[in-house]
Amino acid sequence: MKKITTPLTDEIIGSLGAGDEVAISGIVYTARDAAHKRLCQLIEQKKELPIPIEGSVIYFVGPTPAPPGKPIGSAGPTTSSRMDSFSPMLLAAGLKGMIGKGYRNDTVREALKKYKAVHFAALGGAGALLSQYIISAEVVAYEDLGTEAIRKLEIKDFPATVAYDSTGGTVFKE
Amino acid sequence: MNMRTVKSEQIASAVEKLCIQSCLDLPKDVLDALQKAEKKESLDSAKKILNQLIENAKIAKEQKLPICQDTGLAVVFLRIGSQVKIEPQDQTISDAINKGVENGYEKGNLRKSVVAEPLNARKNTQTNTPAVIHTEIIPGDKIHITVMAKGGGCENKSRFKMFLPTDDREKIIDWVTQTAAQAGANACPPFVIGVGIGGDFEQCCLLSKKALLRNLNSQNTDPFYGQMEKDILQKINSLGIGPSGLGGDTTALAVSIETAPCHIASLPVAVNIECHAHRHSSIEI
Ligand code: SF4
Repeated sequence: MKKITTPLTDEIIGSLGAGDEVAISGIVYTARDAAHKRLCQLIEQKKELPIPIEGSVIYFVGPTPAPPGKPIGSAGPTTSSRMDSFSPMLLAAGLKGMIGKGYRNDTVREALKKYKAVHFAALGGAGALLSQYIISAEVVAYEDLGTEAIRKLEIKDFPATVAYDSTGGTVFKE
Repeated sequence: MNMRTVKSEQIASAVEKLCIQSCLDLPKDVLDALQKAEKKESLDSAKKILNQLIENAKIAKEQKLPICQDTGLAVVFLRIGSQVKIEPQDQTISDAINKGVENGYEKGNLRKSVVAEPLNARKNTQTNTPAVIHTEIIPGDKIHITVMAKGGGCENKSRFKMFLPTDDREKIIDWVTQTAAQAGANACPPFVIGVGIGGDFEQCCLLSKKALLRNLNSQNTDPFYGQMEKDILQKINSLGIGPSGLGGDTTALAVSIETAPCHIASLPVAVNIECHAHRHSSIEI
């Protein structure tokens, strides 16, 4: 198990190979389909993004509402491939990591190589378990999207597997 | 005929409880199947993931956190006795069910994942309603309600196909197996696979969803289909997809087939893919 901390540097990225189990700590931002669409529209219009993108990690998740006394509800990954058409643009803007479940397409894999970034797989359907690694959560953009709003999460030793590394490798059977 | 009066409030409150219970408490047969799979699994990394899923179910129950953050679309199977009358009369049973879903998703801190229309504005209704309601009239004066919280990731991987009436069982077995393969890591394996064979276009799809409601330890009572369930399960588990898609022998926990008579020209087959977070609860009123 490799312990890594965000933001991700080229050195960290270079040390990660497909199949590596990692424990991620630091800040990550949540975004699903609707937020991705808005972020990419801003990039196209050359406008400022509501989150720092350089070195950042985006977690594809739409959590359940936080019950009393907890920072967040259940918070496991959603299907990564729905973000395939948006991720290359964010990678070009400096995004260094993504956390989701399932496969990425070839365009994303090429972009991971080109921009030196990685994609992590978290355990799909284990939202209760994964929420235990989230220390705090705060909506930072697109509050109108409800569960799909962008949240800033502080995570500690969040378990994930390197699903696609920066050299074209993948943990999935091809 | 003697009619029994049931208050719409009573139905709403039953549905409310079912929504919360199904999202927090994994059914015993599903948990048992995960535990059995963990013992049988030959790959250590897959064993570890299965253990995490068991642990996840435990945390969900203890901390009253949803098993999965996608608390689904509420799919409601309603079987209502012909001697039941709903009161007050200006409310339909669908109104009562939707009220129950709305309350359950709010009080249970469940995620609202329904948009009001599919293609244009896609605005969240913020209540997780409307539910998808399937109604059947049965004899007697009881109401049976089952709520299934159906996630989007696995539903998206479901498929339907019209086979030729002369096609054989092997062809169907292969196609169902391929359907599980194309679902892969995206639909949160290990799966439960619901298969509908026969009926017409829409009945076939409904059969595949109803098949998911069967106890995972049960078999189709017709030995021909019972054997087919076993054969498909074995084939899917030899794909090597494994829990979370990261390899292993456990790609599906169970396969259930339900059938219906069909047209001489038709052989419809539907596969409803369900993830390991197979959440449903029932009640009789
Ligand atoms: S497929 Fe099932 S387990 Fe996976 S995220 Fe969706 S609802 Fe949860």
